[in-house]
Amino acid sequence: MTTQVQQERFVGKALRRKEDPRLITGRATYTDDMSIPGMLYAAIVRSTEAHARITSIDTSEAKQHPGVAAVFTGDDLEGVEAPIPMVWAPPGVEVKVPEHWPLAKGKVGYVGHAVALVLGTDKYGVIDAAEKVIVDYEPLPAVVDVEKALEDGSPVIHEEYGTNKCFEWSLGGGDIEAALNEADVVVERRVVNHRTAGGAIECRVHLADYRAGNLTLWSSTQIPHILQLLLSLQLGMSEEKIRVIAPEVGGGFGSKLQCYPEEVLVCWAARKLGRAIKWTETRSENMTTTHHGRDQVAYVRMGAKRDGTLTGIHSRIIQDLGSYHLIEGPVIPCLGAFVMSGPYKFPAVQTDIVGVFTTKFATDAIRGAGRPEATHMIEMCMDQMADELGMDRLELRRKNFIPKDEFPAELPLGVIYDSGDYEGTLDKLLEHVDVDAFRKEQAELRERGVYRGIGFSTWVEICGLAPSRVVGPGGFGLQAGYWESAQVRVNPSGTATLFTGSSPHGQGHETTFAQIVADRIGCTPEQVEVIHGDTDMGPFGMGTYGSRSLAVGGESAARAAEKVRAKASEIAAHLLEAAPEDIELNDGKYQVRGSPDKAMGLADIAGAAYIPEDLPEGMEPGLSEQTFYDPENFVWPFGAHACVVDVDVETGKVDIVRYVAVDDCGPAINPLLIDGQVHGGIAHALGQALFEQVVYDEDGQLVTGTFVDYALPTAAELPSFETDRTETPSPTNSLGVKGIGEAGTIACSPTVTNGVIDALKPLGVTWIDMPLTPMRVWQTIQEARGSGTGPRATEQGTQVDGHGSGSAGSGPTAPSEGGAS
Amino acid sequence: MADNVRVNVTVNGEARQSEVEPRLLLVHYLRDTLGLTGTHIGCDTSNCGACTVLLDGEAVKSCTVLAAQADGAEVKTIEGMAEGSNGAMHPLQEAFWEHHGLQCGYCTPGMIMTAADLLARNPNPTEEEVRHGLEGNLCRCTGYHNIVKSVMSAADKMGSREGVSA
Repeated sequence: MTTQVQQERFVGKALRRKEDPRLITGRATYTDDMSIPGMLYAAIVRSTEAHARITSIDTSEAKQHPGVAAVFTGDDLEGVEAPIPMVWAPPGVEVKVPEHWPLAKGKVGYVGHAVALVLGTDKYGVIDAAEKVIVDYEPLPAVVDVEKALEDGSPVIHEEYGTNKCFEWSLGGGDIEAALNEADVVVERRVVNHRTAGGAIECRVHLADYRAGNLTLWSSTQIPHILQLLLSLQLGMSEEKIRVIAPEVGGGFGSKLQCYPEEVLVCWAARKLGRAIKWTETRSENMTTTHHGRDQVAYVRMGAKRDGTLTGIHSRIIQDLGSYHLIEGPVIPCLGAFVMSGPYKFPAVQTDIVGVFTTKFATDAIRGAGRPEATHMIEMCMDQMADELGMDRLELRRKNFIPKDEFPAELPLGVIYDSGDYEGTLDKLLEHVDVDAFRKEQAELRERGVYRGIGFSTWVEICGLAPSRVVGPGGFGLQAGYWESAQVRVNPSGTATLFTGSSPHGQGHETTFAQIVADRIGCTPEQVEVIHGDTDMGPFGMGTYGSRSLAVGGESAARAAEKVRAKASEIAAHLLEAAPEDIELNDGKYQVRGSPDKAMGLADIAGAAYIPEDLPEGMEPGLSEQTFYDPENFVWPFGAHACVVDVDVETGKVDIVRYVAVDDCGPAINPLLIDGQVHGGIAHALGQALFEQVVYDEDGQLVTGTFVDYALPTAAELPSFETDRTETPSPTNSLGVKGIGEAGTIACSPTVTNGVIDALKPLGVTWIDMPLTPMRVWQTIQEARGSGTGPRATEQGTQVDGHGSGSAGSGPTAPSEGGAS
Repeated sequence: MADNVRVNVTVNGEARQSEVEPRLLLVHYLRDTLGLTGTHIGCDTSNCGACTVLLDGEAVKSCTVLAAQADGAEVKTIEGMAEGSNGAMHPLQEAFWEHHGLQCGYCTPGMIMTAADLLARNPNPTEEEVRHGLEGNLCRCTGYHNIVKSVMSAADKMGSREGVSA
């Protein structure tokens, strides 16, 4: 590079967002806000059975309904060339991928499985018509308990496999059995991360239009370019004939990172009928057939020496995958395996994963995707270990932190943590939380019958998904590259347009990416228009998920902007009669070092570039540069969180008194937006920890099909959060940035759960599984008091047996002294 | 199918007249018939509040009101909140912008309309009152922290500005 940024004028500033005016005045355009003349509405007939053969479908009456244009079933799908894709094929590992067609063919495997597509001219009329489709089923046994599904004699969902086991995959380093044998204390726990929903307030909407051989899909998606590629395979169409546009997207949280059956269906039907087709998901459909997250049962063993030195952690994770895959369900528990060391120096770490089919809907990536589950295992067990050792919980953590001076730190797992200062975030947390004072307060309150507790977690996450050689086909096995693209186009008048392959749905790229570009090319964020989410605009891109946008997409934008600046500097040097290396960008001006009067702005340089009367010899006209950035490493954000809770021991109700989060995601691009991401992430996990649970009954019926039954937290149940940061730059990218979108979610669930256990310790409670609903907490208290009566029940009233249906009945298995040796 | 019914309604100050199906929901009338797509739909059960509008000055969930029930009423939607010849934003809109009270923006119109009703009834709410006042509106992005901050800030500003109302 020929010049250096003399100062960051906009990066680091808490600028309010450029995207907000349209959103707060009702002028934004989400997919459902669009219609096309002649457009048909779609309604979907869905399976009422969890597992059944379809014996007949009668569509005759529906077809006669006024306004109905067509009714299709699985037998009609000529032209759909491939089942719904699953993109993970790890080398040397067999992953079973049952054929999952956009409309069921002969058999259904979950409640909500699409059976027929009804198209018509009236929004309400198609729903009436769908009710006239008569489907006869021959029920087959439901399989809802992920552990029982593995037992001999369990009904098998996909007969061709003869088993419900989908795959096994392991990641480890060091000799785990030796490490646990060497331990003085081994804590063994069964840890349940129950099934949850994404809960984006905008449901999915897909609008397809097919004209003269070209297909356009507007979709509430996080991955427009990947979807374009997958649709070309699904529909047997050439990729350049397909345009996918993600307009305003109303939240994703992973749930819109898909190639959903309905996305294929509207495109296929639009092509077949030559008409535009819109499908708008209802919330009930969203709860049923927009993918779920979590749903793991794990058996964790953690070993330590008597002095608190950790020796190893082993986790056997049983992942409920549902009956059919979507894009990457089996990947999710494996992502967790990469952080099973947490921020600690474990000499040995081993994670063994088994993926299991059940007759439920698919699980896949939901905010955090495998890492909240892993962090819950580690941080719950850290508290358990501290209690077993009689050690202070934070002291145990400090003793085992990877020290600040050991970064980059190569772990036994083979991964390299880029940078970290785990002591630093914990120290900062304790500036906000006076533990000694809290203990006094806690003791006083207990005398008055108030059960107050405090929980902590210290954690690390992996994000910035890339590098392609590590996660791609020959490495981890995802069938894609994981770079990100950016094109910075300086317009002739000196404003700029950034095309990014990232695809935001609330993250604020239009502001943060503009800040990054503006500083690098010498203009203001207002002068940088950020274009995203349209496959016809700008280079191919990889989309937004896994907290990758800034660390990969933002860095890509920075690099494209650097290229623009390099050329702009050459032009300035030529026109100012100086050497390119003497040009510096200062306060938005390209000036000759030491001669402030010899300077020019971006508009003048752009003018010279586009009216090329006097450019350096051999230079092309124009001022526009493109980058594909594929990082050398992941980025590893970290932090320390604390949560103070009050538990009403008479009712089991948990109140959050304080939540304090100290996060480190590298240098802030926009602190206002970082705090917003942290707030949202914490709230998401508090919902999971306290209120939310996707529940299927023993027949595989979804019990939590609406927001009446599935309790997203409201403003009344949450406190204001206290946030702070440390800034440890990542050496992986030039911005030093990591990621922040999932941090709160990854950190929070063990923080609050440990807090509840701390509050209830005087009553003998040592373990509790999420969700910490009043009923669950009350039952746990009763059991600890030895007055538990009768079988345990879930919040929905179903009885839960010995090892539960992934919702209750967990806890300590065998804390053992002295290991096995 | 029942005969259509006539609806006379004033929306954002403008008189509108339509023949609608008796079962047509107010939210669909606003979005599909009048093209006012700033009012959103997020659930089927009146839990999420994304569809909140002011009906004769009171916040209602327009997915739970029939268009026919709005006959003779005044409706205000998010599109009607920025008023005046210069289209200046309502203090609530300014506050949401200033305090990052939104991320994906989908719940925002409903939040702002609910907050407008809340502040009309209680111009100086405590944080707890704001939180309870917004209980019927769900947001998945913000954790409500900055929404509550925005509403409190708007209350302060509206209290100090003569003549500003929802």
